[in-house]
Amino acid sequence: MSAAASGIRAPGPSALDPRARVLLLLAFAIAAVALRRVESALVALAVAGAGAALAGLPARRVARRLAAAQLGMLPFLLTLPFTVAGTPVAALGPLAPSAEGLVRAATLWLRVNAILLAAQALVGTLDAGRLAAALHRLGAPAALAQLLAFTVRYLGLLEQEYLRLRTAMRARAFRARSDRHTWRSLGQLAGMLIVRSAARAERVMEAMRCRGFTGRLPAPEELAFRARDAAWLSLACACLLALVAVDRW
Amino acid sequence: MSGGLLELRDVHFAYEASRPVLRGASLELRAGERVALCGGNGAGKTTLLHVAVGLLVPSAGEVIAFGEPRRREREFWSVRARVGLLFQDPDDQLFCPSVAEDVAFGPLNLGRSPAQARAIAAETLAKLGIAELAERSSEKLSGGEKRLATLATVLAMEPEVLLLDEPTLGLDDAAQERLAGLLEGLPQAMCLVSHDRPFRARLATRTLALVQGRVEVDAR
Repeated sequence: MSAAASGIRAPGPSALDPRARVLLLLAFAIAAVALRRVESALVALAVAGAGAALAGLPARRVARRLAAAQLGMLPFLLTLPFTVAGTPVAALGPLAPSAEGLVRAATLWLRVNAILLAAQALVGTLDAGRLAAALHRLGAPAALAQLLAFTVRYLGLLEQEYLRLRTAMRARAFRARSDRHTWRSLGQLAGMLIVRSAARAERVMEAMRCRGFTGRLPAPEELAFRARDAAWLSLACACLLALVAVDRW
Repeated sequence: MSGGLLELRDVHFAYEASRPVLRGASLELRAGERVALCGGNGAGKTTLLHVAVGLLVPSAGEVIAFGEPRRREREFWSVRARVGLLFQDPDDQLFCPSVAEDVAFGPLNLGRSPAQARAIAAETLAKLGIAELAERSSEKLSGGEKRLATLATVLAMEPEVLLLDEPTLGLDDAAQERLAGLLEGLPQAMCLVSHDRPFRARLATRTLALVQGRVEVDAR
């Protein structure tokens, strides 16, 4: 756990070049989506879990993020057994969940969690700046990469600004009610937040121009796609391909 | 032009046409000088500094830097590498996840390699006595630490001129004292905007005032 946190290169996924990690995640996600059997989806989940363990991610954070995603899946998990036609396994009044539907729901659950785990193991350990640099080097437009990096950096500041304004409102006895005055005031708060953010963005840009920024963010570190990265990437892709092949035939 | 590093000649500027901020402001900064600039709120002190490095374009007048008149954005690129501007609000200047990366940003823009930039950043932070801030996040620094970190981001580019916009704003006595001591030891020519009279008296070689859009010799 401490190896990744302290910046020392761990033997796990954290040792790979950021670009290799993004590509590997992409390959893993594509492979996982292609899986149809519960057994192979289980293998994918196990591999992703092992990756997350190797990356030294704090288990609690991983669990919290996974938990947040479960809610979104719930509607699908609950409806799939009833909407997929097949042999009924039980009768709940007029509804009869099918065996095929249950299998489909189980593989869906396994696949989504496998991809989420892999994403945390591979990309979750990168900070926004490095991820943006990697995406840019892989061909993503510079503007998008910069947008990502700056959004992450300034979200905290935006929140602080919001809290400051909110405190200032409360200090003058503002309380949210469901009346016209409340909606008006909250609207003005949102408007002011946008105006201030735009002004801050302008000043940040000016400060960057003063330090020689001309539109291109320099990479904070030299990315080195080493032979080891290529080897790992091809090995992993071969394994994924084999998994899909076994699953399908 | 002997020793003239940065010169503003008869500069006019207005954010809104009906209310001009600068009305024929002129200022010359020579090597080795530390010019203090004072003036009331909204007098245009920050505006003047921003015009000097080309962030704002004057409606009339000239900016001459290192012996050449500068008009277009492109012509100011090399100026900004040699003139370091310290912004009023440190949060505008610090945008990287860590202080070290922020300090390395300028050198990287000047074409240094990441390894060189890292070395420059470490060296600059050490010189200012804040090496321990390197891996900290700028959001979690105190006001005084933020101010010194921004000074490091500017000094890492090895400028010949420093423009300081209210550097002591919001600093306690100890932090002010530390900053003044550091600035005193720097060889760069400086233009410092400050309301803080003892600070000005300690550092400045001459004091100017911005009154009604023009630069005057401070009478006080």
